[in-house]
Amino acid sequence: MKKLLSLLIAAAMLMGLSGCGDSASAEDEKREPTEEILESFGMDPELFSDYDYGRFYGKELTINVANWGEYLSMNDDEILDVNEVFEALTGITVNYKTYASNETLYSKLLSGGATYDIVIPSDYMISKMINEGMLRKLDFGNIPNIANIMPSFINPQYDPTNEYSVPYLWGMVCIIYNTKMVDGEIDSWSALWDENYAGDILMFNNPRDAFGIAQAYLGYSLNTEDFGELENCADLLREQKEIVQGYVMDEIFDKMEGGSAAIAPYYVGDAVTMCADNPDLEFVIPKEGTNWFVDAICVPTTADSEHIEAAEAYINFLCEPEIAFANCDYVGYSTPVTQAYELLDDEAKADERRYPSDEFLSEHTEVFINISEPANAYMQELWTGLKVGESNVWFVPLFLAALIAATIFVNVYRARKKKRDF
Amino acid sequence: MRKTSSKLYMYIVYTFLYLPILVLIVFSFNQSKSRANWTGFTLHWYADLFRDERILTALMNTVIVAVCASVLSTVLGTMAAIGINNMKKGGRTFLMCATYIPVINPEIIMGVSLMIFFNFFVMHSGFKFGFATLILAHISFDVPYVIYNVLPKLRAINPSIIEAAQDLGCNPRQAFFKAVVPQIMPGIFSGFLMALTYSVDDFVVSYFTSGTNVETLAVTIESMTRVKVSPKINALSAIIFLIVCAIMIIRNLLENRKLRRDLALSRAAVKGGERA
Amino acid sequence: MKASRALAIPYVVWVLIFTVVPLGLVVWFAMTDTDGKLTLDNIFAMSEYMSVLFRSILFAIVATIICLILAFPAAYIISRANKINQSTLIVLLMVPMWINFLLRTYAWMTLLEPNGLINKLFGIFGLGPYPLINNSGAVILGMVYNYLPFMILPLYSVMVKIDQSVVEAAQDLGSNKVRLVTKILLPLSMPGISTGIIAVFVPSVSTFIISRMLGGGTNDLIGDIIEMQFSGNSYNPHLGSAMALVLMIIVMFMMSLFNQFGSEEEVIL
Repeated sequence: MKKLLSLLIAAAMLMGLSGCGDSASAEDEKREPTEEILESFGMDPELFSDYDYGRFYGKELTINVANWGEYLSMNDDEILDVNEVFEALTGITVNYKTYASNETLYSKLLSGGATYDIVIPSDYMISKMINEGMLRKLDFGNIPNIANIMPSFINPQYDPTNEYSVPYLWGMVCIIYNTKMVDGEIDSWSALWDENYAGDILMFNNPRDAFGIAQAYLGYSLNTEDFGELENCADLLREQKEIVQGYVMDEIFDKMEGGSAAIAPYYVGDAVTMCADNPDLEFVIPKEGTNWFVDAICVPTTADSEHIEAAEAYINFLCEPEIAFANCDYVGYSTPVTQAYELLDDEAKADERRYPSDEFLSEHTEVFINISEPANAYMQELWTGLKVGESNVWFVPLFLAALIAATIFVNVYRARKKKRDF
Repeated sequence: MRKTSSKLYMYIVYTFLYLPILVLIVFSFNQSKSRANWTGFTLHWYADLFRDERILTALMNTVIVAVCASVLSTVLGTMAAIGINNMKKGGRTFLMCATYIPVINPEIIMGVSLMIFFNFFVMHSGFKFGFATLILAHISFDVPYVIYNVLPKLRAINPSIIEAAQDLGCNPRQAFFKAVVPQIMPGIFSGFLMALTYSVDDFVVSYFTSGTNVETLAVTIESMTRVKVSPKINALSAIIFLIVCAIMIIRNLLENRKLRRDLALSRAAVKGGERA
Repeated sequence: MKASRALAIPYVVWVLIFTVVPLGLVVWFAMTDTDGKLTLDNIFAMSEYMSVLFRSILFAIVATIICLILAFPAAYIISRANKINQSTLIVLLMVPMWINFLLRTYAWMTLLEPNGLINKLFGIFGLGPYPLINNSGAVILGMVYNYLPFMILPLYSVMVKIDQSVVEAAQDLGSNKVRLVTKILLPLSMPGISTGIIAVFVPSVSTFIISRMLGGGTNDLIGDIIEMQFSGNSYNPHLGSAMALVLMIIVMFMMSLFNQFGSEEEVIL
């Protein structure tokens, strides 16, 4: 009966689909002038560069974009869908996918399961990928909007010659907490180890960010390669595991906004978004210092060669002031695009947590750099060990006993059955 | 007393099975995105669902993959079943063991092994993950179900029927199509439907073999449950549930009518017998 | 009909290419390092993951036992109902399976969260909130919930064949309920039990979604760790393959214990 159903459901699905197939073909018309397209999205053409986005029209290209979850202005009726704007301007289809962490992106690129034309990893991962030959040099002739990027973000430590990446958004790591569930104010990483909040604490589900917090709390460098220090961090994290409710990445939105957890470390930009959705939430940069990160747009070497120019046009597009503004306004992260920053309201600009002063950045924050492979591998190992947990010795005998019992039972049963059959 | 306690037990078991589905459906009508607080009735998630290109595309991909994979695996599986049926013991046992592997092997191992396998081609040629890998992977786990459905039907065929057909002037090919195929048709059909079911339902193997360009519905749902979850997903499950329920109810009514008729017939027969 | 044996050739080729070779690649990956040199390091590295392996097996065993305990009376009650009720009950059992398991598991998150519906219910009586999610209990609950029908269906299909007169005869002869179950029902439904055990244990021991959704990353199972090696936080397909290999061996062992390997019975599910 399960079988019959499948056929009928498939038929029902097909019927539903034929409807949506028609709407796609309706778009097959001549491109309108740029001004009209932009105005139809309620944008100001004055702020847009005169870059030739129309040159791809009619080529039916598709580019594969991989970005962090909730990291682009889209998926909401009331805001600008920037991918839609790009598709309207260029006729290129954007196949947009999300990933949860730098390490996941790295795995996906290496395991071959993914062929992306655009990826947006963070600083340390970019230098790792450059070292391993995973990123492609960009043709900045196709990305004139690089001129919009603030000078302080050009030639960064992770890409010293600025050949592989264009900064997208940046921010710091903060603690976000629910004021209704937490007494008083929080100003230190120690809150994440506070037993009063046992079972209400969330933690990063990726090794670099999780170790980064332990390192900041213990006063180590965020880029320590000292095995002893890494072990101390792992011990601290293991201690924390007892009171942690869960290890999360993008799931945090659901859990913090819904009030199912009281306190969690996360990126400032997302904290801004969560606070906007739930006024009970508040966030703070801990006094011990924190990680300052830049996420930048890159093209992997595995990208389809026919898509490269389109990918570069997409990078240029993301640096358009209005687009960059729409993105940073929606996702809450800080923008490196000068004109987009100027479009922000004064409240956002004045917020030290979102746009800290240069002194604050140099005194209280540290950027992740790509640590040496042995240290990185050791950190991975400690992390997996932490997630896996202690080896409970009694499991082994218990399991063996169960297996032996099952074997005896089954064999006795079979023997008796045979005897009966005779 | 015994009746009531077993009734109560069944109510508990079925409540356990249906509670989460009920929750999904109720919250598909919730005004806010919250999954815990009821803020008012709305239908706009349903409207949004039908405008969500990602979900609709994934639905279409699922159908394409499932239909292609199940049709191909029906052909392949039926041929294999006929071959296996005529094999000697050794080859037959080997092939049945091989057929058993995809059925009992954990899905994650199947997914991972196919991912490694396909990746080998990706690295050494222009081959890419997409419809091809998905369909190939789906065929691999679909074929055994076709074989398991066709083989018993083949074994139930009386060999003398084929001989009779040949005696009546059919060549072996004609004998096969006229005498054998009609008899195994129900098996082929149920095998096809089972394959289709498994393809539509599959998540794990698709997760590892879909790549970037093609996403099936289950893979889309998984990536949506990672980020902020939209009640559109609830709306989708409510619709699927409704369709399934409708089909099940119709099917059940038809079957029950048949059962009742059979029951009435047998009673009538018994009565007739008594009278005689 | 000898020529028809040739009809199996495409399938033989298929099995070799898409089942045997990929599994061989897993074995090969498990035995090599990134430079392609033969090594046993990956297998030895498994010892560090023994606890997670045993946790997976333990959770799967507990889930299987709970399923068996829940399913046995349920299957018996269904099999003793009249024909019309039987088919209705079986249909009702299958309807939930048609909703993608990801969605159903996701719904459990809604129910179990600290401010979820169950805790809200407790809240009305001034109790709680209790930590119901992100612990081992929640993961096992997810397994039991998802795979319970896999236990009920094979049990039902053997129990329905037990003649009511056998049960009645045993009762007439003075068997009490316990003896009825142990002497009649259990032995007669053994084939269903072993199919059910396999059908619940195998997906439970290898799951990676249920543990992530309901375990909150604090109760990772072997499936999660394997997934992590291929497309997650720590990329190491060689180690991942070694884990997959060990998992495969465990499943084969379970199979040999509970089923006639390679039997030609029709697969129920």
